[in-house]
Amino acid sequence: MKALRRKLTRMILTPDSWQAIQLTFELATLTMLLLLVLATPLAWWLSQTQSAWRAPIHALVTLPLVLPPSVLGFYLLIVMGPQGPLGQFTQSMGWGVLSFTFTGLLIGSILFSLPFAVQPLQHAFDAIGSRPMEVAATLRASPLDAFFSVALPLAKPGMVTAAILSFAHTVGEFGVVLMIGGNIPGQTRVVSTEIYGHVEAMEYAQAHLLAAGMLVFSFVVLLALALMNRRQRQVV
Amino acid sequence: MLYLQVKLNRKEFLLDVGLQLPEQGITAIFGPSGSGKTSLLRAVAGLEKIQQGRIQVGTSIWLDTAQRICIPTWQRPLGYVFQESSLLPHLSVTENLNFGLKRAWKSASSEQTEANKALQASIELLGIGSLLQRMPAELSGGERQRVAIARAIAMQPQLLLMDEPLASLDAARRQEIFPWLARLRDELKMPMLYVTHSAEEVTRLADHLVVLDQGHVKAQGSVSAVLTQVVNPVVVGEDAGALIEGCIGAVDAQWHLSRVDFDGGCIWMRDAGLPVGKAVRIRILARDVSLAISEPTNTSIQNQLRGSIQSMTPDKHPSQVMVVLKCGAEEVLARVTKRAVNELALQVGMPVWAQVKSVALVA
Repeated sequence: MKALRRKLTRMILTPDSWQAIQLTFELATLTMLLLLVLATPLAWWLSQTQSAWRAPIHALVTLPLVLPPSVLGFYLLIVMGPQGPLGQFTQSMGWGVLSFTFTGLLIGSILFSLPFAVQPLQHAFDAIGSRPMEVAATLRASPLDAFFSVALPLAKPGMVTAAILSFAHTVGEFGVVLMIGGNIPGQTRVVSTEIYGHVEAMEYAQAHLLAAGMLVFSFVVLLALALMNRRQRQVV
Repeated sequence: MLYLQVKLNRKEFLLDVGLQLPEQGITAIFGPSGSGKTSLLRAVAGLEKIQQGRIQVGTSIWLDTAQRICIPTWQRPLGYVFQESSLLPHLSVTENLNFGLKRAWKSASSEQTEANKALQASIELLGIGSLLQRMPAELSGGERQRVAIARAIAMQPQLLLMDEPLASLDAARRQEIFPWLARLRDELKMPMLYVTHSAEEVTRLADHLVVLDQGHVKAQGSVSAVLTQVVNPVVVGEDAGALIEGCIGAVDAQWHLSRVDFDGGCIWMRDAGLPVGKAVRIRILARDVSLAISEPTNTSIQNQLRGSIQSMTPDKHPSQVMVVLKCGAEEVLARVTKRAVNELALQVGMPVWAQVKSVALVA
């Protein structure tokens, strides 16, 4: 029975497709986790600082939102390539070149989804205002202590939104992957590029299956997000 | 002693204050909104950047710009009660109380029991024992402020700072918190700076009064001295008047009156149900006091005080004079007309009778 089912699913989805799905989830999960670690301090800094650097840094972080993915991919390819500064560095360290590798793809994904993690977090931190941090200070909490014991718990809805959005956005990326990933099965071929490959090869049934899966997945994620936001508003 | 010297330049105003305050009791910082009271309090807490100043509490220096000393807020042993609810919304009442407590007290076990004792005492003092499991969102405004006050005093701070703790509450809730604040004053030895623009809070709670106006100190001293000063008069509430501390000396059940005894005489007033021996504060407004040079007889006015004229100062209107009487250790204000002063030939030093038409019990 089990064997039969496996056979059936094999018939419907090729092993390549399964591999692409698995890789997509790996990439999205890692991107999400790393982004939470990187974006949280960045968003905190953006929401607190009065430095003149705030505006340019904010613009830079938001850039992937408006830039065509191919532009971002193109520059990443150059920077990570054998002649690029990052490429030279990784080569000198004996790590080889990052373009057309999973690590390179991960770096690209993090940059590409950065605004989707930073913005909800920054809004959440902004919404807290300065008062709870002042209260924490009058209760003998050092700034770092107050960040972990007050700011982070209060920004939890923002963190959840940031996690979901960066995960979903990574699943949905195509341009950057194509530019710096090169569509290598098992290494850099994700669902979106797999669909592209199927369409190119006129395998519409396979493309349909994956595309519909993506459609349902994306809808479910956004629906969950909306329901969650509504519940939070009711609580507050 | 508490030394506050603060210079703070803002777009809207300049705060320039030099004060030496007693390290006990409640010092009220009184003034209209925009006079810099809250900025001064925030400066003491280290929440406000100060260009130039020095803040010393007892022997410890919290700030000295000349010596480049600035202890950050979280290292100052203070308690702060904000104007509006400042409970951390993601923590229950107990967790809010413990937040400051576990950071203020060292983890040594001897200190742990001390901390627990302080916590229990503050829970009892503010009557919040039944609220401990609740979340801040489930509390009324008055309950939240009581928890915030308990949270501050449980840390046993060297200085308690309160920024209009009653301003965000309606009149009924305010009346609910007053007795707790009076208990704080009477039972804790903790010095408090209490920012307010309410005359009621000043007359009921304050021992010492600082009046701020447009960032400058207009007057300061013991509350009764500041309220009776006639040069640069400070009007707290509807009118100028004296604040007298005394205690209930007798209760006349037949006529529903009680007698307040103080150094300088006694005053009969409506019986408020207070027991004999209870310490009270009464307020006598200048407009309710008239003067006579001999003992008045055949008058409906029940209260007469003997005193001598200490000073006479022209009042706002050219027809009137503000007379300060010394009655024992207390001072009483009387507003009379210039013509009356002339007809009775009143002079400084003269013994007179003051007839008191009405008295208000403030606390």
